[in-house]
Amino acid sequence: MQIALFTIFGLLAIAGALNLLLQRHPIHSALSLIVVMMSLAVLYWSLGAEFLAAAQVIVYSGAIMVLFVFVIMLLNAGEEEHTRGSRVAAIAGFPGAAAIFCLLSFVFLSERHTFGATRLGESVNGVGSNILQISHVLFTSLLLPFEVTSILILVAILGAVVLARKEL
Amino acid sequence: MVPIAYYLVLAGVLFCIGIAAFLMKRNIITIFMSIELMLNAVNLTFVAFAHMWHQVSGQIFVFFVMVVAAAEAAVGLAIIIALFRVRQTLNVDQVNLLKN
Repeated sequence: MQIALFTIFGLLAIAGALNLLLQRHPIHSALSLIVVMMSLAVLYWSLGAEFLAAAQVIVYSGAIMVLFVFVIMLLNAGEEEHTRGSRVAAIAGFPGAAAIFCLLSFVFLSERHTFGATRLGESVNGVGSNILQISHVLFTSLLLPFEVTSILILVAILGAVVLARKEL
Repeated sequence: MVPIAYYLVLAGVLFCIGIAAFLMKRNIITIFMSIELMLNAVNLTFVAFAHMWHQVSGQIFVFFVMVVAAAEAAVGLAIIIALFRVRQTLNVDQVNLLKN
């Protein structure tokens, strides 16, 4: 059953990513990126990361992509036009990306026996829920980095407000 | 039973589509979205390795990546809005002040 789940949502993610690449209008690209993120959330869940699956839906598809859609509609972005730069980028981009993909998949598939396999619904350590373990590590040994991220978010809010002001 | 290598290959596919979109797209918002796609692909490898080693460290790493991606999206989109006010365009070929 898990291989079926992986195949369906993996193909959905790849189709969404290809649609992002092929669509000309930014709003279509944004909506297909949401499809990619939702199917990745299902894959996280199948890997035993329920907390991250929920956070992926809430943070990525919920917050970040809504921000993207807001900005696209605010700036009234139309279809992108083909320029000389886009032809050069297409000639350089496709072989480069294909070469990186060949290298990555060669490494992953040649080492596939050392990686092992997954079972559905298996929690990471076998004891307790996933959220329990994450929160235990996050609020004991990683408390300082966790608090620093709140300062990072605060600085990002201030930076966004300053940058998007009327007079810069 | 799905081999971990399949998840890694899927992440590689998504990452390479992100690279291709980053290089080929001319709209600055779409380029920014392809960066988010690459971040998501790397997150998938982190979760797969966390599952493989039976440790939550990889998942906590993904949590921090999500936090930084949220902050990055807010600042980056504010920069795009400021850029659009000044240049009235979203095409990266016309934003070449440092090139000339």
